[in-house]
Amino acid sequence: MTDFGFTLSRSSTLDLQKVDEGRFEQLCRLEKGAAVCIGCGSCSATCPAGSLSGMSVRKILLAVRRGQDIHRMLQCCMLCGKCTMVCPRGINTRHLILSICSIYD
Amino acid sequence: MTERFTTGFHPFVIPFLAGMVFVLGVCLIKAVIAVRELDGTDRKKWFLSLLHPNLIVKNTIDIILDCLIHVRLWKRNRLLGFMHSSIAFGWFMIILLGHLQVLMFFPERLGTFYYPIFFDYFIEGGQHTWISRIMDGFLILVLAGISLAIIKRFWSRIFGMRRTTRPTLYNLIGLYSLWAIFPLRFLAEQCARAGDLSVSLWWAYSIALCIFMVVLPFGRYLHIPAEMLLITFRNAGVGITRPHKGMARVQADSCPNCGVCIDACPMNADPANLKDSTVYLTRQFRRGNRERVREISDKCLLCGKCTSVCQVGVDGPRLRILARAARKYNIAPDFSDAGTATVVRAENKVLYFSGCMTALTPKTGRSVESILKKAGIDYEWMDRDGGLCCGRPLHTAGRLKEASQLVRRNEELIIGSGAAVLLVSCPICYREFKENYRLPGIRVVHYADYFCELMDKGLLCFEKSDACYVFHDPCELGRGCGIYETPRKLISKAAGIAEAPKNREESICCGGSLGSLSLDFSRREKITRASLENLYGSKADAIATACPLCLATFSRYSDRPVKDLAQIIDEQTEKI
Ligand code: SF4
Ligand code: SF4
Ligand code: SF4
Ligand code: SF4
Ligand code: SF4
Repeated sequence: MTDFGFTLSRSSTLDLQKVDEGRFEQLCRLEKGAAVCIGCGSCSATCPAGSLSGMSVRKILLAVRRGQDIHRMLQCCMLCGKCTMVCPRGINTRHLILSICSIYD
Repeated sequence: MTERFTTGFHPFVIPFLAGMVFVLGVCLIKAVIAVRELDGTDRKKWFLSLLHPNLIVKNTIDIILDCLIHVRLWKRNRLLGFMHSSIAFGWFMIILLGHLQVLMFFPERLGTFYYPIFFDYFIEGGQHTWISRIMDGFLILVLAGISLAIIKRFWSRIFGMRRTTRPTLYNLIGLYSLWAIFPLRFLAEQCARAGDLSVSLWWAYSIALCIFMVVLPFGRYLHIPAEMLLITFRNAGVGITRPHKGMARVQADSCPNCGVCIDACPMNADPANLKDSTVYLTRQFRRGNRERVREISDKCLLCGKCTSVCQVGVDGPRLRILARAARKYNIAPDFSDAGTATVVRAENKVLYFSGCMTALTPKTGRSVESILKKAGIDYEWMDRDGGLCCGRPLHTAGRLKEASQLVRRNEELIIGSGAAVLLVSCPICYREFKENYRLPGIRVVHYADYFCELMDKGLLCFEKSDACYVFHDPCELGRGCGIYETPRKLISKAAGIAEAPKNREESICCGGSLGSLSLDFSRREKITRASLENLYGSKADAIATACPLCLATFSRYSDRPVKDLAQIIDEQTEKI
C-alpha cells in the first residue's frame, strides 16, 4: 500500500458477538456500584495508573460490558483509592476492581 | 490430721481424672499442631527462646501478670479485672496450695493427682492447717469473682460495657459448669468437715469439673492454655505469617471473647456492623466459618483500635490482611514495566514523597513545600507530577506479592535519587515505608517529627494565633507508627490546643480508611459523624489532623474547619 505519511486511527467498532451482559450482571451481584456509574470520568482524571496503562474505572466498566480486553488496564491499578475518593456516585471502586479481578479467568 | 480411708480412693474421682486426661491430651495436640504450622525460622526461634534464661523469666512473669492477674484488664476496667483475676488467680492458688499441702503431709499420695482436689473427703481434720485457712480465703475470693460473673452475664452495663457477645450453647455449658464448680466444692468441704461423708456433693463437684474440662478445648475457655502459648510465641518474636495457621490460630484461640473490642470498634457507630468486630472474627475462625471470616475481614477499617484495647494482644488487622491474602484472584497487577517514572536527583538532600492521596488535598503538599523553603532546607519533590503508590493499599487489600513489586520499584527510585532523608506527609505511606521498605542509609521521617526538629533547632519562627485546634490522631500515624506528641507540640506553638475525650491510642478512625474493602462510602457517614462527635467534645473550634485521607473525609461532613497540620504550621510561621 502506498504510504501517504498519515494513518487513520484503528477502528473501534463494537463486535456485538462479544458483548457480555452476563459478566456485567455477575459483577453487579458482587458490587452493586457497577450499575450506578454515570461515566463522568472523574476516576479517569485522577488515576495515577492512567499514564502507565490507560487504566480508568469508567473505561473498564465499558470494556466489561463490551467484552473487550481489560487485563492490560487492570495490570497497573495500585488500588490507591483516589478514584473512590472522587467518584460523585460514591462507588466503592476498589471493591469493584477486586471483584473484576476475581470473575475473569 | 489423719486419712479416713486406707484405700485413698472413691469412684467419684473418676470423672475428674477422665476430664483431666482429656483436656491435657487435646491441648497438647493443639499446641503441637500450632508449633508445626510455624515457619521454619520462627519455630527455631521459639525453641531457642524456651532455653534462653532471660526469656524464661520474662515468659513466667508475663504469664503470671497476664493470665493470672490480668493486669491489662485491670487498667482498662477494674471491675472486670477483679472478676477475672479473682477467678483465675484464686483458682490457681487453690490448686498450687492444695498440692503443697499434700506434698507436706501426705507425700506418698501426690501421685494420685486427685488428692488435693478432694482433700477434705479423704483427710480428717485437714481444715486446721494454715494452708487450708489460706485456701479457704482464696475459695471465698473465687466465689466473689463467680458472683460478679453471674451478675455480669445478666447485667453487663454495670461493668461499663454497652455490648457483649452472646455465648453459644456450647460456651454456656462451659460457663454454667464453671459457675457450679466452686459453690459445690465449698458445700462439699463444709459437709465433710462437719462429719457428713455423703458422696453426692462430691460426685456433683467432680462431674462439674469433668464437664468444664471436656468443653474447654472447643469453646472460649481454650483461651486459658492458648494464651500461655501465645505469650511464649510473642516473646520469641514469632509473627503472623500464614492465614489461619500457626500464630494466627493461637491468637484466635487466645481470645476469651471478653467483648472489650466491640464497644471500641468505630464501625459500630452503624448497627449494621455490630457483628464485625474482632471478637467475631476470632469466633468465626474457631468455627471455621469461611464465609463469615471473609465478610468480617473485608469490612474492617484496619484502624487498629481493637488491638490497642485488647488485653490479650489479638492483632485483628493483621489476621484480616492475611485472610484477605489467602484469596485467589485471576487477574494480578504487574508493575514490572512501570518503569516510566523518572529518577529524581536529590544528592544528600531531603526527598519529599507526598503520596497519591495528597494529590487530592493539594494544600498539604504546598504547605510542606513552603515550610521547607522557609526553613531553608534543600529538597526535591519526588512525585509532584504523579508517581507510584507506596504499596500500602495493595498490601492491606491482601495482595502482598503485587505490593512488594511496587515497594521494590520505589526503593530503586529513592535509593537512586541519592537522598539523605525521605520526608513523608501521608501517614499511610509512612507506615509502609517504615515497615516494608529497605532503604539503607536513608532516614524516613514523617513531617510532624521533622518539623518539630526544625522548630527545636530554631529554623521555624512561629506566631501564635487565637484559634484553638483539637488534634485528631490518624490511625496510621498514632497506633500505626506511635507518633502522638510531636503534632501536639507543633500545634501548641502555632495556636491553642484542646483534647477530645478519646484521643491518642483511643482515637476514633475518621471512617475514610482504605483498609476496608467492602464498606461503601455511603455506609461510612455514621462512622465519620461519630468520630467528629468525639472531636466536637473538646472545646476547640477547629480540627487539625495529619493525614490527607482524614482531611478529605472529615471535610465532607464537618461543620467546623478542618486543616492539615502542615497547613497550620505554614500559616503561623514566617521566613526568618
Ligand atoms: S485505585 Fe486503581 S483505578 Fe483507582 S485511581 Fe488508584 S490506580 Fe487508578
Ligand atoms: S467517578 Fe464514579 S461515576 Fe464517574 S466514571 Fe468513575 S466510577 Fe463512574
Ligand atoms: S481494626 Fe478498627 S475497624 Fe477493624 S475491627 Fe478493629 S477496631 Fe474495628
Ligand atoms: S479480641 Fe481482644 S478485646 Fe476482643 S474479645 Fe478478644 S480478647 Fe477481648
Ligand atoms: S483515613 Fe486517617 S484516620 Fe482514617 S484510617 Fe486512614 S489514617 Fe486512619
